[in-house]
Amino acid sequence: MWRWFHKLGSPKWFYAISGRWLPWFAVAALLLLSVGTVWALMFAPADYQQGNSFRIIYIHVPAAFLAQSGYVIMAVAGAIGLIWKMKLADVMAKCCAPIGASFTFLALVTGAVWGKPTWGAWWVWDARLTSMLVLLFLYLGVVALQSAFTDRNQAARASALLSLVGLVNIPIIKYSVEWWNTLHQPASLTLTEKPAMPAEMWVPLLIMVAGFYCFFTVVLLMRARVELLDRERRTGWVKDIISSGKS
Amino acid sequence: MTAQVDVKPVKRGIFTAMIRRDLTAAFRHPSDLINPLIFFVVVVTLFPLAVTPESDFLREIAPGVLWVSALLATLLSLDMLFQSDFQDGTLEQMLLSPQPLYSTILAKVATHWLLSGLPLTLLSPLLAMMLFLSSDGTQALMLTLLLGTPILSFIGAIGSALTVGLRKTGLLLSLLVLPLYIPVLIFASGAVQAAVAGLPIAGHLALLGALLALAVVLAPLAIATALRISLSG
Repeated sequence: MWRWFHKLGSPKWFYAISGRWLPWFAVAALLLLSVGTVWALMFAPADYQQGNSFRIIYIHVPAAFLAQSGYVIMAVAGAIGLIWKMKLADVMAKCCAPIGASFTFLALVTGAVWGKPTWGAWWVWDARLTSMLVLLFLYLGVVALQSAFTDRNQAARASALLSLVGLVNIPIIKYSVEWWNTLHQPASLTLTEKPAMPAEMWVPLLIMVAGFYCFFTVVLLMRARVELLDRERRTGWVKDIISSGKS
Repeated sequence: MTAQVDVKPVKRGIFTAMIRRDLTAAFRHPSDLINPLIFFVVVVTLFPLAVTPESDFLREIAPGVLWVSALLATLLSLDMLFQSDFQDGTLEQMLLSPQPLYSTILAKVATHWLLSGLPLTLLSPLLAMMLFLSSDGTQALMLTLLLGTPILSFIGAIGSALTVGLRKTGLLLSLLVLPLYIPVLIFASGAVQAAVAGLPIAGHLALLGALLALAVVLAPLAIATALRISLSG
């Protein structure tokens, strides 16, 4: 276990192993997303109240999942980088921020599109919506701080600290629908209870969530690999890769 | 490094000594202290001019307007926390000194609050009157400012410590700090609105107090780490 952890700290080893993982995750993401989308849009039954407009749940919920997981992954990677001074963790934290921000934005936009037919307004100042907006601001703050430093090491540590401070917001988002009884409905999927939806509705949702996670992994690995090459461009193994002409 | 320098940590009084030093230094430039207060007054004045001078409407938006203005005034006063100490190298000496960094930072934040949060709190009844806030509302406003502005100083100090080594900090600092200010803003202006409506505000105040307790304990650690990061470059 520890040997694996130490190996993971080596950029060269990570570059090699992630190159092997990448196609598998890419195929899984493609498969899951296409199966999930077709099932969700064509075969899942329409909601008895919302009709077909509920189908945006299949984008909205996975995006919101990833928005929060992305932040936690970024903060944990940042903490690892801060404590063990691991280069790879810094790279991961840096690459998480823009992806997570995009998913947060996607969740907000799809939520607005869903809100219009269901609640009659594009935007309401509801606790869940507001805290997601704050999450987007936090992501943007981390990205801004990241780019403000010229020294990479300093940038990584400063933004790691900021993301750890911002971590306070995650439980607030998670429980906002339970603490403040507001317009946004409670969690669609939980680990402990059976969903309120019939199986024909939640199975495709689960597939979409899994697909989104795979997609997130693919994008994260791709960004991390590029970032690693850029950082290690003076080392021998990167020069070998460039001269051999294959990825 | 041949001569062993005998440095003994001051057993007591680093906290008060720091506060005294910072206050003396701050009072040498009184205009820096007054500017945030003038800003507070000017921003509050803008709202009746821009929205409406009607008293009923102003009374309703007063809690939010006053709190947002106080928050912005605090944000603009964050410069005085570490900037000058960083420029003349004092900050580096503080990090190197054998004194516990926790007390040094606590003293710095306390001074910042004495020079920004406290005057804002004392000035607020005047502005509350100009916005026709009821006396219950004014009381709640002062209480929330008293509890809330130290939290703003603590959170602001984290952002300020993170950006102290950078050249253009103003806009970046607001970008980092404002999202973290939002919970304080929500609870505090909620308390004032509740007071205006005649509802009990103890719950809101307790939450603010909890946030303050959390900030006193945890924020100095984050500030210390942030200062170390900023000065490592």
